Amino acid sequence: MNRIFKPESFLKGVWQENPIFFLMLGLCPLLAVSSSLRDAIGMGAAFIFVLTGSNMTVSFIRKLVPEHVRIPVFIIVIATFVTVTDYSLAAFSPQLHKSLGVYLPLMVVNCILLGRAEAFASKNNVINSAFDGLGMGIGFTLAISIIAIIRETLGQGTLMGINVLGKDYVPFLIMIMPPGAFLVIGFLMALKNNIGGKKKC
Amino acid sequence: MLNELNIGYIFLSAFIVNNIVMIKFLGLCSFVGISTNMKSSIGMGIAVVFVTVMACGISWAVYNYLLIPFHLEYLRTVTFILTIASFVQFEEIIIRKKAPALYKAFGIYLPLITTNCVILASAFLGIDYKFNFLQNIIFAIGVSSGYCLAIILFASMREKLDTAPLPESFRGIPIAFIMTGLVSLVFLGFKGLFKL
Repeated sequence: MNRIFKPESFLKGVWQENPIFFLMLGLCPLLAVSSSLRDAIGMGAAFIFVLTGSNMTVSFIRKLVPEHVRIPVFIIVIATFVTVTDYSLAAFSPQLHKSLGVYLPLMVVNCILLGRAEAFASKNNVINSAFDGLGMGIGFTLAISIIAIIRETLGQGTLMGINVLGKDYVPFLIMIMPPGAFLVIGFLMALKNNIGGKKKC
Repeated sequence: MLNELNIGYIFLSAFIVNNIVMIKFLGLCSFVGISTNMKSSIGMGIAVVFVTVMACGISWAVYNYLLIPFHLEYLRTVTFILTIASFVQFEEIIIRKKAPALYKAFGIYLPLITTNCVILASAFLGIDYKFNFLQNIIFAIGVSSGYCLAIILFASMREKLDTAPLPESFRGIPIAFIMTGLVSLVFLGFKGLFKL
């Protein structure tokens, strides 16, 4: 930890250790709110905020917290940030809050948040932890947006509510319903395995 | 929305129509991670039923008798996760003392359950739907047995998948997701059963 800021702590989250495609964590919100790009970006933004905030706080208090009560402390920090996000979103963007529904408060038990707090933020300084959170958050947003783009285009023929496939396109409805999410992620994983050098996930 | 319905409807709706794994996408981490093996799936399934029912009852009581009278509804998220975490710990101690055989059968799954979203989700949803206590318990039983059903169903399929001739890049997780998609399609077929 000689250098205060290391750019790799930011970059690895975006691709190399992308929480979704490489670590297979935090799948619930990924599948649940990816039926439209708008919701997906909203979820991603909320996620970036919570992850960066909780990473910074955890890193800030890392020397004050006794070893064996650290997990409950981390969970409370995360839950606080999730509550803040939940209520701010309800105030500023009620529509988005409604479409994210129960998946927003459920971020508390998302494995990425606790995983980063435990694996990274509790061992590194505040700046690196903030960038780690930002990178991981962007990685998550990237993954959820890719899935949302595929699902919304195929399922409704639109993107962000704008028609992109023309009037004659017959929507492949199953894509915006729950089974579509599973199918898309299954095929994306297979594709990733195919290009990414046969690394077993 | 749901509170006029009787408990039979609530159970079936939570169990099949809105199956927590197949339709609501919750509990996926443990679902994908554990369903490779039948024995551990059954263990996890039963542990989840047990903890969900207890934890939902407790968090319902905490919300209605503690948070509402003091106007602390905004502490819901923090309180519930703490309630569940401490309850799981407490339960672990009791089971280890009173029923060592059961404790051995649950093994690692009991502590892992704290971060299983099924439990927190059914606690939240029970509050969101404004259930009374009995309805809430029935709802919790429905949700958790839905998880149990999904994970056991799936474990039996994955055991077959292991021996199936698949393209290399589909092996493991990708094919598991595609299969889940197909099973989810079946669950979607129950959607017309009730109006919800």
